[in-house]
Parts: sequence; structure tokens; C-alpha cells
Amino acid sequence: MSEQSPAVARYGHGSRIPGWDDSVDLGKDPAPVPDPATTPVPPQLREQIEAAMAKYPNFRSAAIPALHAAQDLHGWCSPEAIEQVACVMRLTPGYLTAVATFYDMFETEPVGRHRVYVCTNISCSLRGGPELLAAVQQAAGEDPDFNVRGFECLGACDIAPMASVNGEFVGPLELADAEQLVADLREGREVLPEKQLSRRACADPGAKAQAHE
Amino acid sequence: MSDKLLFDRIDEPGLDTIEVYMRRGGYESLKRALRMTPEEVLQNLLDSGLRGRGGAGFAMGKKVSFLPRGAMDKYLVCNADESEPGTFKDRELMQKSPHMLVEGMIIAAYAAGANRSFIYIRGEYELQAMKLEAAIHEAREAGFLGEDILGSGHSQTLVLHRGAGAYICGEETGLLDSLEGKRGNPRLKPPFPANQGLYQGPTLINNVETLATVPHIIKMGGTEYAKLGVDNSAGTKLISISGNVQRPGNYEIELGMKSRDIVYGLAGGPEPGREIKFWFPGGSSSPVLTPEDLELPYDFDSMAKAGSMLGSGAIIVVDDSNSVVDVALTLAKFYRHESCGKCTPCREGTNWTVKMLQRIHEGDATPMDLDIIASVQDQIMGNCLCVLGDAMAMPLSSMVAKFRGEFEQYIEEKRAAAGFGEMPEPSPIAIAGAA
Ligand SMILES: Cc1cc2nc3c(=O)[nH]c(=O)nc-3n(C[C@H](O)[C@H](O)[C@H](O)COP(=O)(O)O)c2cc1C
Ligand code: SF4
Ligand code: FES
Repeated sequence: MSEQSPAVARYGHGSRIPGWDDSVDLGKDPAPVPDPATTPVPPQLREQIEAAMAKYPNFRSAAIPALHAAQDLHGWCSPEAIEQVACVMRLTPGYLTAVATFYDMFETEPVGRHRVYVCTNISCSLRGGPELLAAVQQAAGEDPDFNVRGFECLGACDIAPMASVNGEFVGPLELADAEQLVADLREGREVLPEKQLSRRACADPGAKAQAHE
Repeated sequence: MSDKLLFDRIDEPGLDTIEVYMRRGGYESLKRALRMTPEEVLQNLLDSGLRGRGGAGFAMGKKVSFLPRGAMDKYLVCNADESEPGTFKDRELMQKSPHMLVEGMIIAAYAAGANRSFIYIRGEYELQAMKLEAAIHEAREAGFLGEDILGSGHSQTLVLHRGAGAYICGEETGLLDSLEGKRGNPRLKPPFPANQGLYQGPTLINNVETLATVPHIIKMGGTEYAKLGVDNSAGTKLISISGNVQRPGNYEIELGMKSRDIVYGLAGGPEPGREIKFWFPGGSSSPVLTPEDLELPYDFDSMAKAGSMLGSGAIIVVDDSNSVVDVALTLAKFYRHESCGKCTPCREGTNWTVKMLQRIHEGDATPMDLDIIASVQDQIMGNCLCVLGDAMAMPLSSMVAKFRGEFEQYIEEKRAAAGFGEMPEPSPIAIAGAA
């Protein structure tokens, strides 16, 4: 029985299980620390990374801030972005890739520039988080400008179901808000201003006591 | 005076600036602390009975006292990762009163003899990071940070460090690795951070709320603070209530308040016509409690005695319109996603738990699978490097144990709906293998 049975669905690589990560090309040499002479780094990015490195007793601590800065500039942690960070920090691209893939906020594939994280964790799912995610995904459609993701608890369960839109927390959202959210982003308006968490008062009535003394 | 400490007039406009904060008496505790010796400050922390607000509830003063004495680089790290599902108290505090945290950190560092301090804030809190950055800048300008603070001889730097989205970086040693610029994998303990922490130096790690309470302890005096709350649970606590309640949000309570008064009194209870099915008393990692347990006082010991924990003080209420199986699946998926993968019981156990719950969901399981789920949780508990594995296993086994009837009914209904009747159909893989 050497032939593979056609009855079994298989992935491209021939196995029935998807595997955890993309496979590595073992025939390739590991990339060394990039040569500054042949790796152009935008001056502003270099400045940001060097400033971050100077803040810590050990420069390596600046890996996450540096990747944040590079992602802000390139839109995602592209091989070029990683290369530039590696060049300034004198680390290998492999090391930084390992770090970038650990954290949810670092994008290792190209994504749209409008970042919409919809929370689907417990408190939000009790109030319709997964349905909200579907509604936002539908409203954004195939628009390549959008990066709509289901996300773990964002620390704003008081406004469940909620989303973080380019870093601004909004909620509680109705399904109908999904269209508005997407339209606001497309037209460059402030997103759902009346639902922004930053404008909300503390729920504790006692906390307001004597606020006007 | 209102009875609030941390949330006293928290919504006052401009409280995030140093002017308003100081007009209200801010940084007076720091001045007072710097007139004392570090040992006297430490004694106040010990007397206060303050227990950590981040999850484990370890006595704060005791943790400070574990740091070695003498001149060397010592570190204070504030854990502002706040990623435990259901928890959002630190967010409100950092956004609206960032100076309270900064002041608390300077006093705590003085007591611990730490000269370098960091705030590790989760990457998703962008507004809060901006507010803190501004507050740190103002504090430095005012001479509260830097060299020889207010002529006391104490010097301190404070750096704000933004994470990038990983629950495990809330675990203290995972946080340290992440702060060192690595993947956030937890470390084997011992050595504990108090001996070997950040950059291998002695390190004190505390939660935002724990540190923000320190100025109030210095202001009131440790023994006076200890009179708040109940035995072994001193002080006030910020609690985050969410889920199926009418008024979700953050509240400051005195520990020992009756749980029912929190859930119904403060948060308004479930929507009219709904009943509470179960509740998490301390974030999604705490074993669930039933409506009867609402009679218990809300404090560390009472929650522990009921088989759960106070955790981060995050109450999640689930009403009878929800299925326990759906909640269990959401929960398990979260821990599977966040497992760092360093140890097998957690990495594989979370994955298998999700798979088994999905089979239940698809009508592909039998009630016997519940025993397997329970045994997988048993294999995880106590067998992991950090407590993330246990943090899934504990609430999950509590759900299966307390709602077994509902799980079984769900399994049977789904099986019937999938048309499996008495015998499950052989899977396509089994057919292929036989061919
Ligand atoms: C998986 C995991 C996640 C954690 N997340 C947090 C967190 O987000 N914030 C926090 O303060 N403590 C968190 N902790 C607890 C910390 O490890 C540590 O006990 C705490 O920061 C100590 O501070 P405290 O004594 O002031 O509570 C977490 C623990 C574990 C195991
Ligand atoms: S218990 Fe899980 S999260 Fe913790 S170290 Fe092990 S694999 Fe990582
Ligand atoms: S569960 Fe959605 S923000 Fe916490």
C-alpha cells in the first residue's frame, strides 16, 4: 500500500495535519547581522530605535519598541523592516523574527492599514462579540485597507462587546454600528465618537462624590 | 471625604496632570516617606497587611523585605499587562490618575532600595501609555524622579515599556524575559525575582493597583490602613464587573463586602427576567461559583474557602441564557492561544481540551468524553512551569464538575441533531485506514 488513499484530505505538504508554523528552508544559511553599508535604514527609524536602546541597561530590551516603530513605518514586520531593526540593533533577523512571531500585535503578513481588533473573549462573547466580529468583517468586505481581527480580552469588558479601532477603544457596540465604524474609517472621520471609552466616566457612583467641591 | 481611596473623585477633570494631582495633596506621601528611613516605610507596608492585587495575593511588604539589602542595582517593575479576561481596573486608574501610580512606585522603590524602575504596560493600552508617559515626564521635571530626589539621597529612573499583546507577559517571569527583549517565556522558579529577576538583579514586581495603594498607606499609616477591610484581607479593592449585569464597570469596595451586594447592589444584577447561572469571582482563571455563593463575603480567604480565588478582583457574571459549554469553549480557546508552548502539559493540554469541546459542540462526543476532559485537566494541574496551565484547568474542571448534567444534556442534544442516534458514524479517516 504505497499509494496515498484519495479518500483522505491532505494539506499541500502532504500531511493530514496542518502543522503549527510555516516550515523552514533547512538548506539555507542563517541570515547574519545585516551589514550597515548595504542596509539602508530610514534616518527617522534609526533615531527611534537608538533612542529606545539608550533607555535600558541592556540594549536588547529595545527589541519590542524597535519592532513597534518599524511596523508603524512599514505597516507590518516585513523582511525589510526586520532587516532594518536587526541592522541598527546588531541582532540577527532570525532573533527578531522569533520575537515578532510571539506577540499578537506584530503582523508577520502584509495587512491593511485600518487596524480593527474585535474582542471575542468571555465577557464580550456573553454580549455578542463573535456576532459583532462577523458584522465588521462583512462591512469591511474584501477591502485591502482593512485589518479586521478577532482578539482576546482587550481590558475593556465594561463596554462589551467592544473593538479597538486603530488603538481607540469603542463600545458597547450594536451590530448596526459595524457599518458606521467601517464608513467612519473609510472617510477619515473620528470613529463612533459617542462610544469612545476615553470619554466614559467611572461606573462607581461613589467615585463621583464631591467632584465639584 | 468619600470612602474611596484610589477612586476618590477619579473623574475630576485634569487629574491626570501634576497640577491637579498636587492640588489634591498628591506627592505629599512621597515627601513624607522620604523623611522616613526605608525601614520605616517598609514597616508601614508590613503593618498595612496589603496583599498583591495582581492575582496571587502575596503580602506586599513581605515581598519587599525579600530583596537583599546593600548597594547594588535593584529593580522595581510594575506589572501593567492586565490581560486576565474580565480585568480592566488598572486601565481606569492609569488613564485617569497616572500620578498615583508614579508616586506609589517611587515610595516602593525607596523602601526596596531599587534605583531603576519600569512599567510594563500591555501594548493595546495606547491611551493609557500616553498618559503615563506624560505623567513620568512631569514627575521628572518636578524633581520627583532622577538623582537625589528631594535631597533624600534616593535616586531613581522610571521607564515606560509597551508590550505587544501576549497574556503570558502578565506572568511575572514571562514579563521579565519580555522586558529583556526576548519572547515572553516564563522562567523556572526558584530563583525568585526578588533574588534574580530583571538582568539577573534583585527585582520587586507588583501590580498597578498594589503600587497605587502605597501612597494611601503612607498617608494613613500602615496600622490605620489595616483597619479597613476584614481579617487577612485589609483595605479597599478595585473590582471589575462584566458579563451579564446591568451596570458593568469598575467599583472600589472595602474587602469583605457581601458578594451579592456587589453583583446586585452595585452592578444591578442580570437583566430583568434572567437568573445568574454561575460567576467567576477573580477573572477567567478562577474556578466558577454558583448563585448560592453570592452570600459569601468578598475577600481572599472566603473565596479560597469556597474553592476559588479572589484573583485580580474581576467578577464575570454568566446568566441562564448562556450555555456552560460555550463559555468553556471560549475559555479553553483563549488559554490555547496564549500558552507560550514551553511545557508539554499546558501546550498539548489546552489544545486537546479545545478539540474535545469542539467535538461536543459538533455532536461528535459522548458523555464519556467528559471524564477524559476532566482527566486532562488533572494532568495539567501542578505539572506546568507557570500557572497558565492551571489557570485553564481549574475553572474548566469546576465547570464540568458543577454542571455535568448540563454538559451531558448538551452532548445528547447535539448528537441527536447531528443524526448520530445511538452509534457514532465511523470517521472518514477510519474508512481510509480500512481500505
Ligand atoms: C498567566 C498569568 C498571567 C498574569 N497576568 C497578570 C497581569 O496581567 N497583571 C498582574 O498584575 N499580574 C498578573 N499575574 C500575576 C503575576 O505573576 C504576579 O503575581 C503579580 O504581578 C505580582 O504583583 P502583586 O503581588 O502586586 O499582585 C499573572 C500571572 C499568571 C500566571
Ligand atoms: S504553563 Fe503554559 S504558559 Fe506557562 S510556561 Fe508552560 S507552556 Fe508556557
Ligand atoms: S472580554 Fe472583551 S474586553 Fe474583556
